[in-house]
Amino acid sequence: MGGHSAVIVVDARGLRCPAPVIRLARAAKDAPVGSTLTVLATDPAAVHDVPAWARMRGHVMVEATQADGVHSLTVRTQA
Amino acid sequence: MTDTTVGRVVLDAGGHAPLLAEARAAFVEALDQGWADPRRLHAEGRRARMLLDGAREAIAAVVGVRTQDVDLSPSHTAALHAAVRSVARGRRRVGGDIVVGAVERAAVLNAADFAGHRVTVPVDSTGRVDALAFADVVRLPGVALAALQHANGEVGTLQPVGAVHDAARTAGVPLLVDAGASLGHVDVGDAWDLLAGDSGDWGGPGGLGVLVTRAGVRRSPDWPDDEDRWFPGGVSVPAALAAAVALQVATGAPDDVRRRELIDTVRTRVAAEVPDVDVVGDAVERLPHVLTFSCLYVEGEALLGALDARGFAVGSGSACTSSALEPSHVLAAMGALTHGNIRLALPRGARSAEVGRFLDELPGIVAAVRESWGVTAL
Repeated sequence: MGGHSAVIVVDARGLRCPAPVIRLARAAKDAPVGSTLTVLATDPAAVHDVPAWARMRGHVMVEATQADGVHSLTVRTQA
Repeated sequence: MTDTTVGRVVLDAGGHAPLLAEARAAFVEALDQGWADPRRLHAEGRRARMLLDGAREAIAAVVGVRTQDVDLSPSHTAALHAAVRSVARGRRRVGGDIVVGAVERAAVLNAADFAGHRVTVPVDSTGRVDALAFADVVRLPGVALAALQHANGEVGTLQPVGAVHDAARTAGVPLLVDAGASLGHVDVGDAWDLLAGDSGDWGGPGGLGVLVTRAGVRRSPDWPDDEDRWFPGGVSVPAALAAAVALQVATGAPDDVRRRELIDTVRTRVAAEVPDVDVVGDAVERLPHVLTFSCLYVEGEALLGALDARGFAVGSGSACTSSALEPSHVLAAMGALTHGNIRLALPRGARSAEVGRFLDELPGIVAAVRESWGVTAL
Protein backbone atom coordinates (compact mmCIF):
# COMPACT_ATOMS: atom_id res chain seq x y z
CA MET A 1 0.00 0.00 0.00
CA GLY A 2 2.00 3.05 1.12
CA GLY A 3 1.28 6.65 0.33
CA HIS A 4 -1.20 7.15 3.17
CA SER A 5 -2.55 10.64 2.83
CA ALA A 6 -3.79 12.68 5.73
CA VAL A 7 -7.31 12.21 7.04
CA ILE A 8 -9.77 14.67 5.49
CA VAL A 9 -11.86 16.28 8.23
CA VAL A 10 -15.36 17.49 7.40
CA ASP A 11 -16.79 19.82 10.01
CA ALA A 12 -20.60 19.46 10.10
CA ARG A 13 -21.07 20.48 13.71
CA GLY A 14 -24.32 22.35 14.32
CA LEU A 15 -25.89 21.16 11.05
CA ARG A 16 -29.13 19.18 10.94
CA CYS A 17 -29.65 15.96 9.01
CA PRO A 18 -29.03 15.32 6.14
CA ALA A 19 -26.43 18.12 5.86
CA PRO A 20 -23.58 16.16 7.55
CA VAL A 21 -23.98 13.31 5.05
CA ILE A 22 -24.15 15.77 2.12
CA ARG A 23 -20.92 17.50 3.23
CA LEU A 24 -19.23 14.14 3.67
CA ALA A 25 -20.40 12.97 0.22
CA ARG A 26 -19.08 16.18 -1.41
CA ALA A 27 -15.69 15.76 0.24
CA ALA A 28 -15.59 12.07 -0.70
CA LYS A 29 -16.41 12.88 -4.32
CA ASP A 30 -13.45 15.29 -4.58
CA ALA A 31 -11.02 12.95 -2.83
CA PRO A 32 -9.11 10.08 -4.49
CA VAL A 33 -10.37 6.52 -4.01
CA GLY A 34 -9.01 5.04 -0.80
CA SER A 35 -9.16 8.34 1.09
CA THR A 36 -9.99 8.41 4.77
CA LEU A 37 -12.55 11.01 5.81
CA THR A 38 -13.79 11.97 9.25
CA VAL A 39 -17.02 13.91 9.65
CA LEU A 40 -17.70 15.79 12.89
CA ALA A 41 -21.41 16.13 13.65
CA THR A 42 -23.68 17.10 16.54
CA ASP A 43 -26.93 15.84 14.98
CA PRO A 44 -27.53 12.34 16.45
CA ALA A 45 -28.99 11.17 13.12
CA ALA A 46 -25.48 11.28 11.62
CA VAL A 47 -24.50 8.33 13.82
CA HIS A 48 -26.96 6.20 11.85
CA ASP A 49 -26.89 7.95 8.50
CA VAL A 50 -23.12 7.96 7.89
CA PRO A 51 -22.82 4.14 8.20
CA ALA A 52 -25.98 3.75 6.07
CA TRP A 53 -24.51 6.06 3.41
CA ALA A 54 -21.22 4.13 3.49
CA ARG A 55 -23.12 0.85 3.01
CA MET A 56 -25.10 2.26 0.07
CA ARG A 57 -21.92 3.66 -1.54
CA GLY A 58 -19.78 0.58 -0.87
CA HIS A 59 -17.40 2.51 1.39
CA VAL A 60 -15.92 1.12 4.62
CA MET A 61 -16.90 2.41 8.03
CA VAL A 62 -13.68 2.70 10.02
CA GLU A 63 -14.59 4.21 13.36
CA ALA A 64 -17.32 5.99 15.29
CA THR A 65 -16.61 7.84 18.52
CA GLN A 66 -18.21 10.55 20.58
CA ALA A 67 -16.81 13.21 22.90
CA ASP A 68 -18.54 16.21 24.45
CA GLY A 69 -21.63 15.81 22.25
CA VAL A 70 -19.62 15.71 19.03
CA HIS A 71 -19.78 12.55 16.97
CA SER A 72 -16.69 11.66 14.99
CA LEU A 73 -17.39 9.23 12.15
CA THR A 74 -14.62 7.94 9.91
CA VAL A 75 -14.99 6.20 6.54
CA ARG A 76 -12.55 4.97 3.88
CA THR A 77 -13.74 5.32 0.31
CA GLN A 78 -13.72 2.41 -2.12
CA ALA A 79 -13.89 2.38 -5.88
CA MET B 1 -65.75 11.02 -0.48
CA THR B 2 -65.85 14.67 0.54
CA ASP B 3 -64.72 17.61 -1.57
CA THR B 4 -61.49 18.00 0.35
CA THR B 5 -60.31 14.54 -0.65
CA VAL B 6 -61.17 14.75 -4.36
CA GLY B 7 -57.99 14.30 -6.33
CA ARG B 8 -56.05 13.44 -3.19
CA VAL B 9 -54.25 10.12 -2.95
CA VAL B 10 -54.00 8.99 0.67
CA LEU B 11 -51.14 6.54 1.18
CA ASP B 12 -50.71 7.23 4.91
CA ALA B 13 -53.28 5.03 6.63
CA GLY B 14 -51.05 3.78 9.45
CA GLY B 15 -52.75 4.45 12.79
CA HIS B 16 -55.24 6.81 11.14
CA ALA B 17 -56.93 5.15 8.18
CA PRO B 18 -59.84 6.84 6.40
CA LEU B 19 -63.03 5.88 8.27
CA LEU B 20 -64.82 2.94 6.62
CA ALA B 21 -68.35 3.78 5.39
CA GLU B 22 -69.93 1.06 7.53
CA ALA B 23 -68.13 2.40 10.61
CA ARG B 24 -69.33 5.91 9.92
CA ALA B 25 -72.94 4.71 9.65
CA ALA B 26 -72.62 2.77 12.91
CA PHE B 27 -71.10 5.79 14.64
CA VAL B 28 -73.92 8.11 13.58
CA GLU B 29 -76.55 5.54 14.56
CA ALA B 30 -74.94 5.06 17.97
CA LEU B 31 -74.91 8.82 18.59
CA ASP B 32 -78.72 8.58 18.64
CA GLN B 33 -79.06 5.21 20.35
CA GLY B 34 -76.04 5.15 22.65
CA TRP B 35 -75.53 8.71 23.85
CA ALA B 36 -76.27 7.92 27.48
CA ASP B 37 -73.85 6.91 30.24
CA PRO B 38 -73.61 3.12 30.14
CA ARG B 39 -73.09 3.12 33.93
CA ARG B 40 -76.61 4.47 34.54
CA LEU B 41 -79.46 2.11 35.32
CA HIS B 42 -82.29 3.80 33.42
CA ALA B 43 -83.51 2.62 30.00
CA GLU B 44 -81.26 5.03 28.10
CA GLY B 45 -78.21 3.98 30.11
CA ARG B 46 -79.04 0.30 29.67
CA ARG B 47 -79.35 0.80 25.91
CA ALA B 48 -75.90 2.41 25.79
CA ARG B 49 -74.55 -0.47 27.92
CA MET B 50 -76.07 -2.97 25.52
CA LEU B 51 -74.37 -1.31 22.55
CA LEU B 52 -71.05 -1.19 24.40
CA ASP B 53 -71.29 -4.85 25.39
CA GLY B 54 -72.23 -5.70 21.81
CA ALA B 55 -69.11 -3.94 20.58
CA ARG B 56 -66.90 -5.90 22.97
CA GLU B 57 -68.64 -9.13 21.97
CA ALA B 58 -68.11 -8.45 18.26
CA ILE B 59 -64.45 -7.61 18.75
CA ALA B 60 -63.99 -10.73 20.91
CA ALA B 61 -65.54 -12.86 18.16
CA VAL B 62 -63.14 -11.49 15.53
CA VAL B 63 -60.10 -12.01 17.76
CA GLY B 64 -61.40 -15.42 18.87
CA VAL B 65 -61.57 -14.79 22.62
CA ARG B 66 -64.13 -14.53 25.42
CA THR B 67 -65.95 -11.21 25.70
CA GLN B 68 -64.84 -10.73 29.30
CA ASP B 69 -61.20 -10.79 28.20
CA VAL B 70 -61.70 -7.71 26.01
CA ASP B 71 -61.24 -4.23 27.48
CA LEU B 72 -61.75 -1.08 25.45
CA SER B 73 -59.40 1.85 25.97
CA PRO B 74 -59.52 5.54 25.04
CA SER B 75 -56.52 5.04 22.72
CA HIS B 76 -54.07 2.44 21.52
CA THR B 77 -51.37 4.19 23.52
CA ALA B 78 -53.48 3.94 26.69
CA ALA B 79 -53.96 0.20 26.05
CA LEU B 80 -50.20 -0.34 25.79
CA HIS B 81 -49.44 1.81 28.84
CA ALA B 82 -52.06 0.02 30.95
CA ALA B 83 -50.86 -3.43 29.83
CA VAL B 84 -47.23 -2.75 30.73
CA ARG B 85 -47.96 -0.92 33.98
CA SER B 86 -50.57 -3.33 35.33
CA VAL B 87 -48.58 -6.49 34.59
CA ALA B 88 -45.37 -4.95 35.95
CA ARG B 89 -47.21 -4.17 39.16
CA GLY B 90 -49.08 -7.47 39.29
CA ARG B 91 -45.84 -9.43 38.93
CA ARG B 92 -43.54 -7.13 40.93
CA ARG B 93 -42.60 -9.95 43.30
CA VAL B 94 -41.10 -11.85 40.34
CA GLY B 95 -38.89 -8.90 39.39
CA GLY B 96 -38.80 -5.60 37.57
CA ASP B 97 -37.31 -6.48 34.18
CA ILE B 98 -39.40 -5.85 31.07
CA VAL B 99 -38.00 -7.43 27.90
CA VAL B 100 -38.87 -5.62 24.67
CA GLY B 101 -37.90 -5.63 21.01
CA ALA B 102 -35.83 -2.63 19.88
CA VAL B 103 -38.45 -1.49 17.35
CA GLU B 104 -41.51 -1.57 19.61
CA ARG B 105 -43.74 1.49 19.54
CA ALA B 106 -42.59 4.40 21.71
CA ALA B 107 -45.60 3.79 23.99
CA VAL B 108 -44.23 0.34 24.91
CA LEU B 109 -40.62 1.51 25.33
CA ASN B 110 -41.65 4.50 27.44
CA ALA B 111 -44.03 2.43 29.57
CA ALA B 112 -41.29 -0.14 30.17
CA ASP B 113 -38.92 2.60 31.32
CA PHE B 114 -41.64 4.01 33.52
CA ALA B 115 -42.84 0.78 35.12
CA GLY B 116 -39.64 -1.24 35.44
CA HIS B 117 -36.20 -1.86 34.02
CA ARG B 118 -36.19 -2.14 30.23
CA VAL B 119 -34.14 -4.89 28.61
CA THR B 120 -33.97 -4.33 24.84
CA VAL B 121 -33.44 -7.10 22.27
CA PRO B 122 -31.84 -5.80 19.04
CA VAL B 123 -33.16 -6.33 15.50
CA ASP B 124 -31.50 -7.27 12.21
CA SER B 125 -31.41 -5.12 9.08
CA THR B 126 -35.01 -6.09 8.20
CA GLY B 127 -36.24 -4.94 11.62
CA ARG B 128 -36.86 -8.44 13.00
CA VAL B 129 -35.79 -9.52 16.47
CA ASP B 130 -33.86 -12.76 16.78
CA ALA B 131 -36.20 -15.23 18.49
CA LEU B 132 -33.33 -17.14 20.11
CA ALA B 133 -31.77 -13.95 21.49
CA PHE B 134 -35.17 -12.91 22.84
CA ALA B 135 -35.63 -16.37 24.40
CA ASP B 136 -32.22 -16.18 26.06
CA VAL B 137 -33.17 -12.95 27.83
CA VAL B 138 -36.77 -13.81 28.70
CA ARG B 139 -35.73 -16.93 30.63
CA LEU B 140 -33.41 -15.01 32.95
CA PRO B 141 -34.69 -14.52 36.51
CA GLY B 142 -36.57 -11.32 37.38
CA VAL B 143 -38.60 -10.78 34.20
CA ALA B 144 -42.08 -9.39 34.88
CA LEU B 145 -43.21 -9.01 31.27
CA ALA B 146 -42.09 -9.46 27.68
CA ALA B 147 -43.39 -7.33 24.81
CA LEU B 148 -43.04 -8.00 21.10
CA GLN B 149 -45.12 -6.40 18.37
CA HIS B 150 -46.91 -8.64 15.87
CA ALA B 151 -45.50 -6.55 13.03
CA ASN B 152 -43.69 -3.26 12.80
CA GLY B 153 -46.03 -0.51 11.66
CA GLU B 154 -43.22 1.62 10.27
CA VAL B 155 -41.48 -0.94 8.04
CA GLY B 156 -44.03 -3.80 7.90
CA THR B 157 -41.77 -6.63 9.04
CA LEU B 158 -43.53 -9.48 10.89
CA GLN B 159 -41.99 -10.55 14.19
CA PRO B 160 -41.43 -14.16 15.35
CA VAL B 161 -44.21 -13.99 17.96
CA GLY B 162 -44.86 -17.76 17.87
CA ALA B 163 -41.33 -18.75 18.86
CA VAL B 164 -41.04 -15.91 21.37
CA HIS B 165 -44.38 -16.82 22.95
CA ASP B 166 -43.23 -20.43 23.33
CA ALA B 167 -40.08 -19.26 25.10
CA ALA B 168 -41.98 -16.82 27.29
CA ARG B 169 -44.56 -19.43 28.24
CA THR B 170 -41.83 -21.92 29.15
CA ALA B 171 -40.30 -19.23 31.37
CA GLY B 172 -43.68 -18.37 32.89
CA VAL B 173 -43.50 -14.79 31.60
CA PRO B 174 -46.59 -13.20 30.01
CA LEU B 175 -46.12 -11.84 26.47
CA LEU B 176 -47.73 -8.59 25.38
CA VAL B 177 -48.18 -8.49 21.62
CA ASP B 178 -48.79 -5.06 20.12
CA ALA B 179 -50.98 -5.80 17.11
CA GLY B 180 -51.70 -2.12 16.51
CA ALA B 181 -50.48 -2.29 12.91
CA SER B 182 -51.74 -5.84 12.25
CA LEU B 183 -55.25 -6.30 13.61
CA GLY B 184 -57.75 -5.96 10.75
CA HIS B 185 -54.99 -6.51 8.16
CA VAL B 186 -53.57 -9.96 8.90
CA ASP B 187 -54.43 -12.91 11.15
CA VAL B 188 -52.77 -12.09 14.47
CA GLY B 189 -52.91 -15.71 15.65
CA ASP B 190 -53.03 -16.77 19.30
CA ALA B 191 -49.36 -16.55 20.35
CA TRP B 192 -49.87 -13.90 23.03
CA ASP B 193 -51.07 -13.40 26.59
CA LEU B 194 -52.04 -9.76 26.15
CA LEU B 195 -52.95 -8.28 22.77
CA ALA B 196 -53.33 -4.60 21.93
CA GLY B 197 -55.09 -3.16 18.88
CA ASP B 198 -55.88 0.21 17.33
CA SER B 199 -59.29 1.07 15.89
CA GLY B 200 -57.94 4.03 13.88
CA ASP B 201 -55.51 1.72 12.11
CA TRP B 202 -58.12 -0.78 10.89
CA GLY B 203 -60.55 1.83 9.56
CA GLY B 204 -62.58 2.57 12.68
CA PRO B 205 -62.64 5.91 14.48
CA GLY B 206 -59.57 7.20 16.31
CA GLY B 207 -59.67 7.49 20.08
CA LEU B 208 -60.42 3.82 20.66
CA GLY B 209 -58.04 1.02 21.50
CA VAL B 210 -58.39 -2.61 22.52
CA LEU B 211 -56.58 -4.66 25.13
CA VAL B 212 -57.26 -8.39 25.31
CA THR B 213 -55.95 -10.20 28.38
CA ARG B 214 -56.03 -13.96 28.77
CA ALA B 215 -57.38 -15.39 32.00
CA GLY B 216 -54.55 -16.13 34.40
CA VAL B 217 -52.35 -13.13 33.57
CA ARG B 218 -51.57 -11.53 36.92
CA ARG B 219 -52.12 -7.77 36.74
CA SER B 220 -52.93 -4.99 39.11
CA PRO B 221 -53.67 -1.30 38.42
CA ASP B 222 -51.08 1.21 39.59
CA TRP B 223 -53.64 3.99 39.22
CA PRO B 224 -56.75 5.06 41.21
CA ASP B 225 -59.73 2.75 41.52
CA ASP B 226 -62.64 3.24 39.12
CA GLU B 227 -65.76 1.41 38.05
CA ASP B 228 -63.97 0.84 34.73
CA ARG B 229 -60.99 -0.73 36.41
CA TRP B 230 -58.53 -1.04 33.55
CA PHE B 231 -59.44 2.15 31.70
CA PRO B 232 -60.86 4.63 34.20
CA GLY B 233 -63.74 6.67 32.84
CA GLY B 234 -64.59 4.18 30.14
CA VAL B 235 -64.80 4.87 26.42
CA SER B 236 -67.12 6.56 23.92
CA VAL B 237 -69.98 4.18 23.09
CA PRO B 238 -70.36 5.36 19.45
CA ALA B 239 -66.61 4.98 18.92
CA ALA B 240 -66.68 1.47 20.40
CA LEU B 241 -69.56 0.38 18.18
CA ALA B 242 -68.03 1.90 15.05
CA ALA B 243 -64.68 0.28 15.87
CA ALA B 244 -66.32 -3.14 16.20
CA VAL B 245 -68.18 -2.75 12.92
CA ALA B 246 -65.00 -1.59 11.16
CA LEU B 247 -63.05 -4.58 12.49
CA GLN B 248 -65.72 -6.98 11.21
CA VAL B 249 -65.67 -5.31 7.78
CA ALA B 250 -61.86 -5.10 7.63
CA THR B 251 -61.34 -8.69 8.68
CA GLY B 252 -63.75 -9.98 6.07
CA ALA B 253 -62.57 -7.67 3.26
CA PRO B 254 -60.89 -9.50 0.42
CA ASP B 255 -58.52 -6.78 -0.81
CA ASP B 256 -55.37 -7.76 1.10
CA VAL B 257 -54.01 -9.85 -1.76
CA ARG B 258 -54.35 -6.79 -3.97
CA ARG B 259 -52.70 -4.49 -1.42
CA ARG B 260 -49.89 -7.02 -1.05
CA GLU B 261 -49.35 -7.02 -4.82
CA LEU B 262 -49.45 -3.22 -4.93
CA ILE B 263 -46.72 -3.02 -2.27
CA ASP B 264 -44.63 -5.52 -4.25
CA THR B 265 -44.95 -3.23 -7.26
CA VAL B 266 -44.01 -0.17 -5.20
CA ARG B 267 -40.96 -1.95 -3.77
CA THR B 268 -39.74 -3.03 -7.21
CA ARG B 269 -40.36 0.25 -8.99
CA VAL B 270 -39.00 2.54 -6.23
CA ALA B 271 -35.78 0.50 -6.04
CA ALA B 272 -35.43 0.52 -9.84
CA GLU B 273 -36.54 4.04 -10.69
CA VAL B 274 -35.37 6.26 -7.82
CA PRO B 275 -31.56 6.59 -7.60
CA ASP B 276 -29.84 6.28 -4.21
CA VAL B 277 -32.80 4.87 -2.33
CA ASP B 278 -32.76 2.52 0.65
CA VAL B 279 -35.91 0.35 0.58
CA VAL B 280 -36.22 -1.27 4.00
CA GLY B 281 -38.17 -4.01 5.77
CA ASP B 282 -38.71 -7.68 4.90
CA ALA B 283 -39.94 -8.07 1.31
CA VAL B 284 -41.99 -11.21 2.00
CA GLU B 285 -42.71 -11.74 5.71
CA ARG B 286 -44.50 -8.45 6.14
CA LEU B 287 -47.79 -6.62 6.52
CA PRO B 288 -49.76 -6.48 3.25
CA HIS B 289 -50.02 -2.71 3.10
CA VAL B 290 -46.87 -1.08 4.53
CA LEU B 291 -43.61 -0.03 2.85
CA THR B 292 -40.85 2.38 3.85
CA PHE B 293 -37.93 3.75 1.88
CA SER B 294 -35.34 6.49 2.41
CA CYS B 295 -33.82 8.80 -0.22
CA LEU B 296 -30.21 9.95 0.21
CA TYR B 297 -29.42 13.64 0.68
CA VAL B 298 -32.95 15.01 1.15
CA GLU B 299 -35.01 15.94 4.16
CA GLY B 300 -38.08 13.82 4.76
CA GLU B 301 -39.99 17.03 5.36
CA ALA B 302 -39.04 18.47 1.96
CA LEU B 303 -40.06 15.27 0.18
CA LEU B 304 -43.31 15.03 2.13
CA GLY B 305 -44.16 18.65 1.26
CA ALA B 306 -43.38 18.19 -2.42
CA LEU B 307 -45.52 15.04 -2.55
CA ASP B 308 -48.34 16.76 -0.64
CA ALA B 309 -48.31 19.61 -3.16
CA ARG B 310 -48.79 17.04 -5.93
CA GLY B 311 -51.78 15.49 -4.11
CA PHE B 312 -50.12 12.62 -2.26
CA ALA B 313 -50.43 12.13 1.51
CA VAL B 314 -47.56 9.99 2.78
CA GLY B 315 -45.93 9.42 6.16
CA SER B 316 -42.34 9.77 7.29
CA GLY B 317 -40.16 8.47 10.10
CA SER B 318 -37.46 11.10 9.59
CA ALA B 319 -36.46 13.24 12.56
CA CYS B 320 -36.85 16.34 10.43
CA THR B 321 -40.58 15.69 9.99
CA SER B 322 -41.46 15.39 13.66
CA SER B 323 -40.85 17.66 16.60
CA ALA B 324 -38.41 15.07 17.95
CA LEU B 325 -34.73 15.75 17.36
CA GLU B 326 -33.93 12.05 17.55
CA PRO B 327 -34.32 10.07 14.32
CA SER B 328 -36.79 7.17 14.07
CA HIS B 329 -35.63 4.57 16.60
CA VAL B 330 -36.94 1.89 14.22
CA LEU B 331 -34.81 2.94 11.24
CA ALA B 332 -31.83 3.57 13.53
CA ALA B 333 -32.07 0.10 15.11
CA MET B 334 -32.14 -1.45 11.62
CA GLY B 335 -29.11 0.50 10.40
CA ALA B 336 -31.28 2.09 7.71
CA LEU B 337 -30.95 5.63 6.41
CA THR B 338 -33.00 7.81 8.75
CA HIS B 339 -33.30 10.96 6.61
CA GLY B 340 -35.37 11.36 3.44
CA ASN B 341 -37.78 8.76 4.75
CA ILE B 342 -41.17 8.08 3.19
CA ARG B 343 -43.61 5.60 4.72
CA LEU B 344 -46.59 4.25 2.82
CA ALA B 345 -49.53 2.49 4.49
CA LEU B 346 -52.16 1.74 1.86
CA PRO B 347 -55.74 2.18 3.04
CA ARG B 348 -58.24 -0.56 2.31
CA GLY B 349 -59.47 -0.21 -1.25
CA ALA B 350 -56.38 1.68 -2.42
CA ARG B 351 -56.57 1.85 -6.21
CA SER B 352 -53.75 0.63 -8.38
CA ALA B 353 -54.22 3.62 -10.71
CA GLU B 354 -53.53 5.98 -7.78
CA VAL B 355 -50.52 4.02 -6.61
CA GLY B 356 -49.36 3.95 -10.22
CA ARG B 357 -49.63 7.73 -10.48
CA PHE B 358 -47.58 8.05 -7.29
CA LEU B 359 -44.90 5.77 -8.77
CA ASP B 360 -44.93 7.67 -12.07
CA GLU B 361 -44.39 11.02 -10.34
CA LEU B 362 -42.06 10.00 -7.49
CA PRO B 363 -38.73 9.86 -9.39
CA GLY B 364 -39.28 13.35 -10.81
CA ILE B 365 -40.30 14.76 -7.42
CA VAL B 366 -37.23 13.29 -5.69
CA ALA B 367 -35.01 14.56 -8.52
CA ALA B 368 -36.50 18.06 -8.26
CA VAL B 369 -35.92 18.21 -4.49
CA ARG B 370 -32.34 17.02 -4.96
CA GLU B 371 -31.83 19.54 -7.75
CA SER B 372 -33.02 22.40 -5.55
CA TRP B 373 -30.58 21.28 -2.86
CA GLY B 374 -27.69 20.93 -5.30
CA VAL B 375 -27.08 17.31 -4.33
CA THR B 376 -27.82 15.64 -7.65
CA ALA B 377 -24.43 14.20 -8.63
CA LEU B 378 -23.07 13.18 -5.23
